[in-house]
Amino acid sequence: MSPVSTVTEPEEPGERRGTGSTVSAPAAPPAPARTGGTAKRRRAAGPAQEPPLAHRVITVSLLAVAAVYFLVPVYWLAVSSTKSTSDLFGSFGFWFSHPHPIDNLRAVLSYDDGIYVRWFLNSLLYAGVGAVLATLLSAAAGYALAKFDFPGREGVFNVVLAGVLLPGTALALPLYLLFSELGLANSYSAVLLPSMVSPFGAYLCRIYAAAAVPDSLLEAARIDGAGEVRIFSTLGLRLMTPALVTVFLFQFVHIWNNFFLPLVMLSDSDLYPIQLGLTSWQGYADRQPELYQYTVGGAFLSVLPLMILMGVLQRYWRTGLTEGSVKS
Amino acid sequence: MRRPTRTEARAARTAALFLLPFLALFALCFLAPLGYAIQQSLLRVERTGPLGLGGETREVWAGFANYSHALHDDGFTAGFARVLLFGAVQIPVMIAFATGLALLLDAASARWVGFFRTAFFLPYGVPGVIASILWGFLYVPGISPLHEMAHSVGWDIDFLSRDAVLWSIANIVTWQFTGYNMLVLIAQLKAVPTELYEAARIDGANAWQVARYVKLPLIRPALVLTTVFSLIGTLQLFAEPMVLRPLTNSIDSGYTPNLHAYNQAFTSDNQHIAAAEAVLLALVACVLSFGFLRLVGQRPRRPKAARRGTPVRRRARGGAR
Repeated sequence: MSPVSTVTEPEEPGERRGTGSTVSAPAAPPAPARTGGTAKRRRAAGPAQEPPLAHRVITVSLLAVAAVYFLVPVYWLAVSSTKSTSDLFGSFGFWFSHPHPIDNLRAVLSYDDGIYVRWFLNSLLYAGVGAVLATLLSAAAGYALAKFDFPGREGVFNVVLAGVLLPGTALALPLYLLFSELGLANSYSAVLLPSMVSPFGAYLCRIYAAAAVPDSLLEAARIDGAGEVRIFSTLGLRLMTPALVTVFLFQFVHIWNNFFLPLVMLSDSDLYPIQLGLTSWQGYADRQPELYQYTVGGAFLSVLPLMILMGVLQRYWRTGLTEGSVKS
Repeated sequence: MRRPTRTEARAARTAALFLLPFLALFALCFLAPLGYAIQQSLLRVERTGPLGLGGETREVWAGFANYSHALHDDGFTAGFARVLLFGAVQIPVMIAFATGLALLLDAASARWVGFFRTAFFLPYGVPGVIASILWGFLYVPGISPLHEMAHSVGWDIDFLSRDAVLWSIANIVTWQFTGYNMLVLIAQLKAVPTELYEAARIDGANAWQVARYVKLPLIRPALVLTTVFSLIGTLQLFAEPMVLRPLTNSIDSGYTPNLHAYNQAFTSDNQHIAAAEAVLLALVACVLSFGFLRLVGQRPRRPKAARRGTPVRRRARGGAR
């Protein structure tokens, strides 16, 4: 057994969670509802032995200190995005000074013929299209690896697993050299193509499909005369949905946050994603001081959607986050 | 007994159909660049013409010359030593921090759990580049309110000095990823059967003992996973030093191996050496992550505390039946 598989090889899904209490479905998928239910049950079991006040005060104080650490930089960004360039340097960072958020917003959006909007849409394109396609490809691959027995299956799976451990940026540089030989560098596909592959997604989908898609159901569909593609697209994808949501979110954030790949691939600023655009503004700010303000304002604007997404979706993320790690 | 039936052949064909799109792109974006990097790393550019200056260039076999050049380049090896030191300090700190937060949020005495969890996780939505720009403003003496506050209480600290800047970068990475790791750990905690906690409580374990002897051993697999991903991430450190570099002269062009390889390729136009450095980086990442997995994988499958059959464990088994 290779070292990777010792830690990542899943065992039979049924025996891993809720031993005993939820035996009703032996191959039950790790359903998100159950994790939520567990938490609720635990809370509900509590009222008889409410923890002492001192415990609660200590716990909440520690959590509050940590919250300050995580939120203060975001707060600084929010405050600073309302300032003028001179106030950015000349006033106390943690408090407002002559705020004019709307003017700043307009300046950021209109600078250089609205290049910021273009960058934003580029980011959306890379992350959105890349993540959707990556999810579908991972789903198909994971489904095939989990539900079909064919020679070389474990070999393929181990190669994919090794891909999870390969550092992406170490590959980005040779990938650029390769793509420039193929004439692909400095184009949308230069960033999109690598974004469509997620070894981790394929891995997660295999684990999940093995647990959530019962063989008997597939057999029944086959006997009913359904084609394999149809079985996959109607049954497989539906049963794998929780895992697919996780893969999509992972990949979306991964592409959105990726800096190295577009940096090496793209030279035309019209193709830049937002991160690359903002660093180019920061680079010019020495000569054009107002760009400091645009960088700050643009940065704030760019993190807003993703942070809202994080806040709303983080509860869905839990499904599958540990599918790969559960071992004993 | 093994002979491929028609059903099996059909299964293999279908599997190939489903696998092909993924594998084709995987080959293009993972295997091909790896092979290409290895090939490029074994070549060098030779100039022809008088004094090797003019005319044509061609690629010739270089053997391991590029590797030996990279390994004898003090800038490159120093970058490696730096990220290893970084990982040795930052990863344990971050994982411990994340574990602490996960256990606190999971404790019965926690309140406003949803708010805190969201607050801790929020920085994960801030890309590394933006986080670095943001913290950069909080580090630079002229602008930073942190600097101003420290100064007003008589503490003059330079976040970007030669000694401090590595830890300032560590802070950015910790800020960004602690919440994410915490979420992974929480997910694992939620997968633990409730009966186990109840049994421990009935046995008279206090909150601390439950966390230390029941929860911690049970989230070990998630700890391994987050550590390995952090390790791979650390070796690839790039965006943070790249963004902070204009702000300070404590960060040189080879501050991390990745930065060094990038500058070899794009500033010095040494693609072959850059390829060798990329291969070395991938190699070290694989050796370290496999090594770590092997190190922890050889332990007994069940955490020791549980295996010894402590009262908690025995009761839990009974309770779950």
